[in-house]
Amino acid sequence: MAHAHQETVHVNVLPPDRAKIKKLWMTALILLIITILEFIVAFTVPHEYKDLRVWIFITMTIVKAAYIVGEFMHLRYEVKVLIWSILIPMIFIVWMLVAFLYEGMAISNVR
Amino acid sequence: MASTSVATAPGRSAWDGGVSPMGASYGKLMMWFFLLSDAFTFSALLITYGLVRSAHPVYTGTVHAFKFSAGYWPIPERVFEAVPFLHGVEAPLVFVGIMTFILIMSSVTMVLAVEAGHRMDRKAVEKWMLWTILGGIAFLSCQAWEWGHFIHGSETGRAVVEGTKFFGANLVHNQYGPPDFAAFFFFITGFHGFHVFSGVCLNFLIYYNTVTGVYERRGHYEMVEKVGLYWHFVDLVWVFVFTFFYLV
Repeated sequence: MAHAHQETVHVNVLPPDRAKIKKLWMTALILLIITILEFIVAFTVPHEYKDLRVWIFITMTIVKAAYIVGEFMHLRYEVKVLIWSILIPMIFIVWMLVAFLYEGMAISNVR
Repeated sequence: MASTSVATAPGRSAWDGGVSPMGASYGKLMMWFFLLSDAFTFSALLITYGLVRSAHPVYTGTVHAFKFSAGYWPIPERVFEAVPFLHGVEAPLVFVGIMTFILIMSSVTMVLAVEAGHRMDRKAVEKWMLWTILGGIAFLSCQAWEWGHFIHGSETGRAVVEGTKFFGANLVHNQYGPPDFAAFFFFITGFHGFHVFSGVCLNFLIYYNTVTGVYERRGHYEMVEKVGLYWHFVDLVWVFVFTFFYLV
Protein backbone atom coordinates (compact mmCIF):
# COMPACT_ATOMS: atom_id res chain seq x y z
CA MET A 1 0.00 0.00 0.00
CA ALA A 2 2.23 2.80 -1.28
CA HIS A 3 -0.32 5.56 -0.77
CA ALA A 4 -0.45 4.77 2.95
CA HIS A 5 2.88 6.51 3.39
CA GLN A 6 1.75 9.83 1.98
CA GLU A 7 1.90 12.62 4.52
CA THR A 8 -1.11 14.61 3.41
CA VAL A 9 -4.39 12.77 3.16
CA HIS A 10 -7.49 14.38 1.83
CA VAL A 11 -10.44 13.20 3.94
CA ASN A 12 -14.04 13.90 3.14
CA VAL A 13 -15.75 14.23 6.53
CA LEU A 14 -19.49 13.69 6.34
CA PRO A 15 -21.93 15.54 8.62
CA PRO A 16 -23.37 13.66 11.65
CA ASP A 17 -26.31 11.38 10.93
CA ARG A 18 -28.82 13.01 13.31
CA ALA A 19 -31.52 10.34 12.95
CA LYS A 20 -29.06 7.51 13.67
CA ILE A 21 -27.53 9.28 16.69
CA LYS A 22 -30.99 9.97 18.08
CA LYS A 23 -31.87 6.31 17.70
CA LEU A 24 -28.72 5.28 19.60
CA TRP A 25 -29.55 7.58 22.50
CA MET A 26 -33.12 6.24 22.49
CA THR A 27 -31.73 2.70 22.80
CA ALA A 28 -29.61 3.81 25.76
CA LEU A 29 -32.68 5.40 27.34
CA ILE A 30 -34.66 2.17 26.92
CA LEU A 31 -31.82 0.18 28.54
CA LEU A 32 -31.72 2.57 31.48
CA ILE A 33 -35.49 2.50 31.92
CA ILE A 34 -35.52 -1.32 31.94
CA THR A 35 -32.71 -1.31 34.52
CA ILE A 36 -34.67 1.11 36.72
CA LEU A 37 -37.76 -1.13 36.35
CA GLU A 38 -35.62 -4.08 37.46
CA PHE A 39 -34.71 -2.15 40.59
CA ILE A 40 -38.36 -1.32 41.25
CA VAL A 41 -39.31 -4.99 40.89
CA ALA A 42 -36.41 -6.03 43.15
CA PHE A 43 -37.68 -3.85 46.00
CA THR A 44 -41.46 -3.97 45.56
CA VAL A 45 -42.30 -7.56 44.60
CA PRO A 46 -41.89 -9.57 47.85
CA HIS A 47 -39.34 -12.38 48.00
CA GLU A 48 -42.16 -14.88 48.60
CA TYR A 49 -43.02 -14.63 44.89
CA LYS A 50 -39.62 -16.06 43.99
CA ASP A 51 -40.66 -17.55 40.65
CA LEU A 52 -42.48 -14.42 39.51
CA ARG A 53 -39.45 -12.28 40.35
CA VAL A 54 -37.07 -14.59 38.52
CA TRP A 55 -39.23 -14.67 35.41
CA ILE A 56 -39.61 -10.88 35.32
CA PHE A 57 -35.83 -10.49 35.68
CA ILE A 58 -35.07 -13.04 32.97
CA THR A 59 -37.55 -11.46 30.54
CA MET A 60 -36.13 -7.97 31.13
CA THR A 61 -32.57 -9.25 30.75
CA ILE A 62 -33.38 -10.86 27.40
CA VAL A 63 -35.04 -7.64 26.19
CA LYS A 64 -31.94 -5.67 27.22
CA ALA A 65 -29.66 -8.22 25.55
CA ALA A 66 -31.71 -7.96 22.35
CA TYR A 67 -31.33 -4.17 22.29
CA ILE A 68 -27.57 -4.32 22.93
CA VAL A 69 -26.92 -7.01 20.32
CA GLY A 70 -29.46 -5.70 17.81
CA GLU A 71 -28.79 -1.97 17.94
CA PHE A 72 -25.38 -1.38 19.54
CA MET A 73 -23.70 -4.38 17.94
CA HIS A 74 -25.70 -3.69 14.78
CA LEU A 75 -26.65 -7.36 14.32
CA ARG A 76 -30.24 -6.50 13.34
CA TYR A 77 -28.97 -4.80 10.19
CA GLU A 78 -26.53 -7.51 9.13
CA VAL A 79 -27.04 -10.10 6.41
CA LYS A 80 -29.42 -12.91 7.46
CA VAL A 81 -26.73 -15.61 7.22
CA LEU A 82 -24.65 -13.71 9.78
CA ILE A 83 -27.61 -13.20 12.12
CA TRP A 84 -28.44 -16.92 12.12
CA SER A 85 -24.77 -17.97 12.39
CA ILE A 86 -24.66 -16.10 15.69
CA LEU A 87 -28.11 -16.96 17.02
CA ILE A 88 -28.38 -20.68 16.19
CA PRO A 89 -25.32 -21.74 18.29
CA MET A 90 -27.14 -20.19 21.28
CA ILE A 91 -29.07 -23.48 21.29
CA PHE A 92 -26.03 -25.00 23.02
CA ILE A 93 -26.38 -22.53 25.87
CA VAL A 94 -30.06 -23.41 26.25
CA TRP A 95 -29.10 -27.08 26.19
CA MET A 96 -26.52 -26.56 28.93
CA LEU A 97 -29.04 -24.61 30.97
CA VAL A 98 -31.65 -27.35 30.72
CA ALA A 99 -29.11 -30.10 31.47
CA PHE A 100 -27.76 -28.30 34.54
CA LEU A 101 -31.22 -27.46 35.85
CA TYR A 102 -32.08 -31.13 35.59
CA GLU A 103 -28.82 -32.02 37.33
CA GLY A 104 -29.50 -29.44 40.03
CA MET A 105 -32.91 -30.94 40.74
CA ALA A 106 -31.33 -34.39 41.02
CA ILE A 107 -28.75 -33.05 43.50
CA SER A 108 -31.52 -31.43 45.57
CA ASN A 109 -33.42 -34.71 45.67
CA VAL A 110 -30.37 -36.63 46.89
CA ARG A 111 -29.61 -34.18 49.74
CA MET B 1 -29.63 -12.09 1.49
CA ALA B 2 -27.74 -14.27 -0.98
CA SER B 3 -27.47 -11.33 -3.39
CA THR B 4 -23.97 -10.46 -2.16
CA SER B 5 -22.61 -13.84 -3.20
CA VAL B 6 -24.36 -13.71 -6.57
CA ALA B 7 -23.02 -10.29 -7.54
CA THR B 8 -19.89 -11.39 -9.43
CA ALA B 9 -18.34 -10.05 -12.57
CA PRO B 10 -19.51 -11.59 -15.86
CA GLY B 11 -17.72 -14.80 -16.64
CA ARG B 12 -16.78 -15.39 -13.00
CA SER B 13 -18.52 -17.56 -10.46
CA ALA B 14 -18.97 -17.02 -6.73
CA TRP B 15 -16.43 -19.82 -6.19
CA ASP B 16 -13.64 -17.73 -7.75
CA GLY B 17 -13.45 -15.78 -4.52
CA GLY B 18 -13.46 -12.05 -3.94
CA VAL B 19 -16.97 -12.00 -2.48
CA SER B 20 -18.06 -11.83 1.13
CA PRO B 21 -21.18 -13.95 1.56
CA MET B 22 -21.90 -12.60 5.03
CA GLY B 23 -21.57 -8.97 4.04
CA ALA B 24 -18.89 -8.44 6.66
CA SER B 25 -15.11 -8.34 6.50
CA TYR B 26 -13.02 -11.29 7.70
CA GLY B 27 -11.91 -9.45 10.84
CA LYS B 28 -15.42 -8.46 11.85
CA LEU B 29 -16.70 -11.97 11.25
CA MET B 30 -13.94 -13.48 13.37
CA MET B 31 -14.70 -10.99 16.14
CA TRP B 32 -18.31 -12.21 16.07
CA PHE B 33 -17.26 -15.84 16.34
CA PHE B 34 -14.76 -15.07 19.09
CA LEU B 35 -17.54 -13.35 21.02
CA LEU B 36 -19.77 -16.37 20.46
CA SER B 37 -17.14 -18.61 22.07
CA ASP B 38 -16.74 -16.09 24.88
CA ALA B 39 -20.50 -16.18 25.39
CA PHE B 40 -20.18 -19.94 25.92
CA THR B 41 -17.53 -19.38 28.58
CA PHE B 42 -19.60 -16.86 30.49
CA SER B 43 -22.72 -19.02 30.16
CA ALA B 44 -20.80 -21.93 31.65
CA LEU B 45 -19.81 -19.79 34.64
CA LEU B 46 -23.30 -18.39 35.20
CA ILE B 47 -25.09 -21.70 34.67
CA THR B 48 -22.71 -23.43 37.08
CA TYR B 49 -23.45 -20.66 39.56
CA GLY B 50 -27.15 -21.51 39.17
CA LEU B 51 -26.48 -25.22 39.68
CA VAL B 52 -24.37 -24.78 42.81
CA ARG B 53 -26.77 -22.23 44.23
CA SER B 54 -29.75 -24.53 43.70
CA ALA B 55 -27.84 -27.33 45.46
CA HIS B 56 -27.57 -25.18 48.63
CA PRO B 57 -30.39 -24.65 51.13
CA VAL B 58 -32.56 -21.57 50.58
CA TYR B 59 -33.04 -18.87 53.23
CA THR B 60 -36.74 -18.92 54.13
CA GLY B 61 -37.17 -16.03 56.59
CA THR B 62 -37.93 -12.37 55.84
CA VAL B 63 -35.38 -10.13 54.13
CA HIS B 64 -35.33 -7.82 57.12
CA ALA B 65 -34.42 -10.56 59.58
CA PHE B 66 -31.73 -11.98 57.29
CA LYS B 67 -28.44 -12.87 58.99
CA PHE B 68 -25.28 -14.17 57.34
CA SER B 69 -24.85 -17.92 57.78
CA ALA B 70 -22.93 -20.70 56.09
CA GLY B 71 -26.10 -22.78 56.34
CA TYR B 72 -27.89 -21.20 53.38
CA TRP B 73 -27.20 -19.13 50.27
CA PRO B 74 -27.20 -15.37 51.07
CA ILE B 75 -29.67 -12.86 49.64
CA PRO B 76 -27.49 -10.75 47.29
CA GLU B 77 -29.17 -7.45 48.17
CA ARG B 78 -28.13 -7.92 51.81
CA VAL B 79 -24.54 -8.62 50.82
CA PHE B 80 -24.05 -5.76 48.37
CA GLU B 81 -25.49 -2.79 50.18
CA ALA B 82 -22.48 -0.55 50.79
CA VAL B 83 -21.66 2.62 48.85
CA PRO B 84 -18.35 4.52 48.95
CA PHE B 85 -18.30 7.62 51.20
CA LEU B 86 -21.59 6.59 52.80
CA HIS B 87 -20.26 4.69 55.74
CA GLY B 88 -22.81 2.65 57.66
CA VAL B 89 -25.65 3.55 55.28
CA GLU B 90 -27.62 0.56 53.99
CA ALA B 91 -28.20 1.11 50.29
CA PRO B 92 -28.89 -2.28 48.75
CA LEU B 93 -27.64 -2.70 45.18
CA VAL B 94 -27.26 1.08 44.69
CA PHE B 95 -23.54 0.83 43.94
CA VAL B 96 -24.10 -2.00 41.45
CA GLY B 97 -26.75 0.19 39.84
CA ILE B 98 -24.20 2.99 39.42
CA MET B 99 -21.76 0.52 37.86
CA THR B 100 -24.45 -0.68 35.44
CA PHE B 101 -25.20 2.94 34.50
CA ILE B 102 -21.50 3.64 33.85
CA LEU B 103 -21.14 0.60 31.60
CA ILE B 104 -24.28 1.34 29.58
CA MET B 105 -23.14 4.94 29.07
CA SER B 106 -19.71 3.82 27.91
CA SER B 107 -21.43 1.50 25.44
CA VAL B 108 -23.30 4.49 24.01
CA THR B 109 -20.14 6.56 23.64
CA MET B 110 -18.50 3.57 21.90
CA VAL B 111 -21.31 3.26 19.38
CA LEU B 112 -21.10 7.03 18.78
CA ALA B 113 -17.38 6.58 18.06
CA VAL B 114 -18.29 3.89 15.51
CA GLU B 115 -20.83 6.24 13.94
CA ALA B 116 -18.21 8.99 13.73
CA GLY B 117 -15.80 6.50 12.16
CA HIS B 118 -18.27 5.79 9.38
CA ARG B 119 -18.23 9.50 8.59
CA MET B 120 -14.41 9.65 8.71
CA ASP B 121 -14.75 12.28 11.44
CA ARG B 122 -11.44 11.89 13.28
CA LYS B 123 -12.10 14.55 15.92
CA ALA B 124 -15.43 12.96 16.90
CA VAL B 125 -13.90 9.45 17.05
CA GLU B 126 -11.17 10.80 19.35
CA LYS B 127 -13.73 12.50 21.60
CA TRP B 128 -16.03 9.47 21.94
CA MET B 129 -13.18 6.98 22.34
CA LEU B 130 -11.82 9.07 25.18
CA TRP B 131 -15.22 9.04 26.92
CA THR B 132 -15.43 5.27 26.42
CA ILE B 133 -11.98 4.77 27.97
CA LEU B 134 -12.95 6.98 30.90
CA GLY B 135 -16.15 4.97 31.39
CA GLY B 136 -14.15 1.73 31.39
CA ILE B 137 -11.67 3.08 33.93
CA ALA B 138 -14.53 4.35 36.11
CA PHE B 139 -16.14 0.90 36.02
CA LEU B 140 -12.87 -0.81 36.93
CA SER B 141 -12.36 1.61 39.82
CA CYS B 142 -15.85 0.83 41.10
CA GLN B 143 -15.11 -2.86 40.87
CA ALA B 144 -11.83 -2.42 42.75
CA TRP B 145 -13.76 -0.76 45.58
CA GLU B 146 -16.43 -3.46 45.45
CA TRP B 147 -13.81 -6.21 45.71
CA GLY B 148 -12.01 -4.39 48.49
CA HIS B 149 -15.20 -4.07 50.46
CA PHE B 150 -16.16 -7.68 49.81
CA ILE B 151 -12.75 -8.96 50.92
CA HIS B 152 -12.53 -6.80 54.06
CA GLY B 153 -16.12 -7.38 55.04
CA SER B 154 -18.72 -5.50 57.04
CA GLU B 155 -18.23 -4.40 60.63
CA THR B 156 -20.62 -7.00 62.01
CA GLY B 157 -18.91 -9.99 60.49
CA ARG B 158 -20.24 -13.43 61.21
CA ALA B 159 -19.83 -15.48 64.39
CA VAL B 160 -17.95 -18.63 63.39
CA VAL B 161 -17.17 -20.43 66.63
CA GLU B 162 -18.21 -19.33 70.12
CA GLY B 163 -16.60 -15.94 70.70
CA THR B 164 -14.85 -15.66 67.32
CA LYS B 165 -15.96 -13.79 64.26
CA PHE B 166 -14.99 -13.93 60.64
CA PHE B 167 -14.81 -10.77 58.55
CA GLY B 168 -14.88 -10.48 54.78
CA ALA B 169 -14.01 -13.21 52.34
CA ASN B 170 -11.26 -15.28 50.81
CA LEU B 171 -11.40 -18.36 48.63
CA VAL B 172 -11.81 -20.68 51.64
CA HIS B 173 -14.07 -18.80 54.06
CA ASN B 174 -16.40 -15.84 53.89
CA GLN B 175 -18.74 -14.07 56.26
CA TYR B 176 -21.66 -13.96 53.82
CA GLY B 177 -22.55 -17.59 53.27
CA PRO B 178 -21.23 -20.90 51.93
CA PRO B 179 -17.62 -20.84 50.63
CA ASP B 180 -18.89 -21.29 47.06
CA PHE B 181 -20.63 -17.93 47.22
CA ALA B 182 -17.39 -15.96 47.51
CA ALA B 183 -15.66 -18.27 45.03
CA PHE B 184 -18.30 -17.51 42.40
CA PHE B 185 -18.19 -13.81 43.20
CA PHE B 186 -14.44 -13.75 42.57
CA PHE B 187 -14.60 -15.91 39.47
CA ILE B 188 -17.56 -14.35 37.69
CA THR B 189 -17.01 -10.67 38.45
CA GLY B 190 -13.27 -11.21 38.18
CA PHE B 191 -13.50 -12.79 34.74
CA HIS B 192 -15.82 -10.01 33.61
CA GLY B 193 -13.56 -7.37 35.15
CA PHE B 194 -10.60 -8.83 33.28
CA HIS B 195 -12.61 -8.50 30.07
CA VAL B 196 -13.30 -4.86 30.90
CA PHE B 197 -9.58 -4.34 31.53
CA SER B 198 -8.68 -5.92 28.17
CA GLY B 199 -11.37 -3.75 26.58
CA VAL B 200 -9.89 -0.58 28.04
CA CYS B 201 -6.46 -1.58 26.72
CA LEU B 202 -7.89 -2.25 23.24
CA ASN B 203 -9.86 0.99 23.35
CA PHE B 204 -6.71 2.88 24.22
CA LEU B 205 -4.90 1.25 21.30
CA ILE B 206 -7.69 2.34 18.97
CA TYR B 207 -7.63 5.85 20.44
CA TYR B 208 -3.86 6.03 19.92
CA ASN B 209 -4.14 4.87 16.31
CA THR B 210 -6.92 7.38 15.68
CA VAL B 211 -4.90 10.26 17.10
CA THR B 212 -1.83 9.32 15.06
CA GLY B 213 -4.00 9.15 11.95
CA VAL B 214 -3.48 5.46 11.16
CA TYR B 215 -7.13 4.89 10.26
CA GLU B 216 -7.39 8.15 8.35
CA ARG B 217 -4.53 7.03 6.11
CA ARG B 218 -6.06 3.56 5.87
CA GLY B 219 -9.26 5.12 4.60
CA HIS B 220 -11.65 3.44 7.03
CA TYR B 221 -12.30 3.10 10.76
CA GLU B 222 -13.26 -0.57 10.81
CA MET B 223 -10.97 -1.30 13.77
CA VAL B 224 -13.18 0.97 15.86
CA GLU B 225 -16.13 -1.16 14.82
CA LYS B 226 -14.42 -4.45 15.72
CA VAL B 227 -13.26 -3.30 19.13
CA GLY B 228 -16.70 -1.73 19.54
CA LEU B 229 -18.25 -5.19 19.14
CA TYR B 230 -16.00 -6.48 21.91
CA TRP B 231 -16.85 -3.55 24.16
CA HIS B 232 -20.61 -4.02 23.69
CA PHE B 233 -20.20 -7.70 24.47
CA VAL B 234 -18.60 -6.80 27.78
CA ASP B 235 -21.64 -4.62 28.50
CA LEU B 236 -23.92 -7.48 27.45
CA VAL B 237 -22.21 -9.89 29.84
CA TRP B 238 -22.59 -7.38 32.66
CA VAL B 239 -26.35 -7.25 32.00
CA PHE B 240 -26.47 -11.01 32.66
CA VAL B 241 -24.11 -10.89 35.65
CA PHE B 242 -26.19 -8.07 37.12
CA THR B 243 -29.39 -10.10 36.81
CA PHE B 244 -28.17 -13.51 37.89
CA PHE B 245 -25.63 -12.55 40.50
CA TYR B 246 -27.12 -9.43 42.08
CA LEU B 247 -30.87 -9.43 41.44
CA VAL B 248 -32.11 -13.03 41.48
